[in-house]
Amino acid sequence: MDWVNALAQGALLGGFYALLAAGLSLMFGVMRIVNLAHGLLAVAGAYVGVVVVEDAGLPLWVALVVAPLVLAGFGYLLQRGFLNRAVDLGGLVPVLVTFGVAVILTNLLQEWFTADSQSLRSGSFGTASVQLADGLSIGLLPAVTGLAGVLVVAALQWFLARTRSGRAMRAASDDPEVARLMGINEKHVYALATAIALATVGLAGVFLGMRTQFTPGYGDLVLIFAFEAVIIGGLGSLWGTLLGGLVLGVTQSLGSQIDPAYGFLIGHLVFLAVLAVRPAGLLPKVAVA
Amino acid sequence: MPSTTASTRVRRSLALALTFGLAASAAACGDLGGADTASDSTTIKVGFVTPLTGNLAAFGAPDEWVVDQMQSYFDENPISAGGTDYDVQIIVKDSQSDPTRAAEVAGELINTDGVDVVMAHATPDTTVPVSDQCEANSTPCITDDTPWQPWYYGRGGTDDQGFDWTYHFFWGLEDVASTYENMWDQVDTNKKVAALWPNDADGQAWSAAFPDLVKDGGYTLDDPGLFESGTQDYSAQIAQFKKNGDDILLACVTPPDFAAFWQQAQQQGYTPKVATVARAIEFPAAVDALGDGADGLATEVWWAPQYDTTSTLLGQSSQEFADAYEADTGNQWSMPLGFSEALFEVLAAAVEEAGSNDKQAIVDALSTLSTDTLVGPVDFTSGPVPNVAKTPLAGGQWSPATDGDFTNQLTIVANNDAPQVAVEAQLAALK
Repeated sequence: MDWVNALAQGALLGGFYALLAAGLSLMFGVMRIVNLAHGLLAVAGAYVGVVVVEDAGLPLWVALVVAPLVLAGFGYLLQRGFLNRAVDLGGLVPVLVTFGVAVILTNLLQEWFTADSQSLRSGSFGTASVQLADGLSIGLLPAVTGLAGVLVVAALQWFLARTRSGRAMRAASDDPEVARLMGINEKHVYALATAIALATVGLAGVFLGMRTQFTPGYGDLVLIFAFEAVIIGGLGSLWGTLLGGLVLGVTQSLGSQIDPAYGFLIGHLVFLAVLAVRPAGLLPKVAVA
Repeated sequence: MPSTTASTRVRRSLALALTFGLAASAAACGDLGGADTASDSTTIKVGFVTPLTGNLAAFGAPDEWVVDQMQSYFDENPISAGGTDYDVQIIVKDSQSDPTRAAEVAGELINTDGVDVVMAHATPDTTVPVSDQCEANSTPCITDDTPWQPWYYGRGGTDDQGFDWTYHFFWGLEDVASTYENMWDQVDTNKKVAALWPNDADGQAWSAAFPDLVKDGGYTLDDPGLFESGTQDYSAQIAQFKKNGDDILLACVTPPDFAAFWQQAQQQGYTPKVATVARAIEFPAAVDALGDGADGLATEVWWAPQYDTTSTLLGQSSQEFADAYEADTGNQWSMPLGFSEALFEVLAAAVEEAGSNDKQAIVDALSTLSTDTLVGPVDFTSGPVPNVAKTPLAGGQWSPATDGDFTNQLTIVANNDAPQVAVEAQLAALK
């Protein structure tokens, strides 16, 4: 039963990883931008939650709405103000810009919120669980988080495949010049993509804040998990990111079951194995972008 | 041939440039030394390395306030040594929680600022590189806020061969073990201890030392093995603790790791009777962030306002000192607060004893120094190894505050290694 429980917890954790990674995957898929500020932006989303819950005294669900909106607004401005120009310069410039954003934001967060550990207190919701069998309990918060991961990936996929804006995004990604001839303003489309990507990061950040404590420096760890999920699944493929998150979560959880020291190690090994054997990832990009 | 001449010429001018460079830097060193002796007459320059930013910033948070207090104290009360009044100039450098950076700024303090003494605190990541730098540059160094074993053995000290320039005061693992055992004894349990520690310097030291330290008390450790800090899923450990029926939880983990573990333990139905946690719940902000889950958690207490001690410099009791901090900053007291202040008490005592600001005289004074401080007596003649003085360690339990401005309060429940503080209550079992 321990193994079944580990599998279940790992799968739910995987959903959380997919939620964390979806925005990273989208930004790479549409603009080929590797966003090194991604982990920090998740933490920033959690801090928006702190402002909503602690300072404004509003219920937690409000944070789940406000944080994505704030991050989306920031994302739009970031793309229009900096990243679009950086993309024009090509090469490593966009990566360096996101790195700079991460450094500046980390220090701003520390200035505003200090280095004290914070969390979004989820109270009884955070500790509630359903016992399915002896030794197999599913926590409400991990279940909701995992479900949110699946829903966000599905919604993004639907958006890209079925909506006008989504198709414009894929067009601008495939061939900006032809897209421009078709009347698509690729600067706006890119900014929209970043806004959507950061909205998902903001949502992930609020869940992160409910699961654990965070400080402005916590983003590095988040970035590693998100990266591994994206690479395992296949760069730029959203379903791949969901699969990558699940693979990472389950291998970490099962690895810990063998020995707590192996959890991360086995996760990293799977990541390296995928890179070595299938560099394009488990589900290489087909439909997206 | 011309090319050879050219390259010879280049080589020669390079050599010349190098020679001039060396001469210039030698002159600069001489100048610095000169500047040093010039300031000798009336000023003592103190360098203070502390993590003001980065992941250890919680340790350095009170330091701006402490340095302000001490600087204004010394402005009015210069250190009187050997018949001369010495002004004190404190230079603070941020380690950015990075060992490399800590060593770098310590070097700057010594070589550029020409300080007479360096002080540092907050985990081996700060104290070890700074002490090493001082040892290499023959400058007196006073540190605390790091269990003495990693500071001493981690730097290559042996049981009889210590260091020439560096001195440290804090408690050690043996004190945590006896304090925790004292707290475990206060609740009726099956004496099975669930051990949760990460694969880092602390986790390795604790997991190696603890089983033997608590064996005589009849406690057995259930140790699933070291985990990687940052782990998001603790179901394996929780399942093992539940199966083994461990009544006691012993953890030495970071705040995020503990928050995630504790939430999952509640989801999965692991409910120990006692939880003693190091690292994660030493700072009030981290305790507050645990919400209801913080009620009843116990930890080791290095210093608290309840300590019946008085600052030899400021004349304030621990309670008065903590009250002043809370009134000025609006922040709740934390354990490093007392230890930051104590560094300055030890410094002043050493300079008075030395009778001058001569570096050699100061380390000579440190080697036999015995003085009272806010955190208890600091006596370098009776330490477990050379260069180390042990300070008292108590045990405390967090609970929701009954009055005042803050969310949680720390009640002293064990004082077997800290006669300076009275026990206020017995440890209550977790609900």
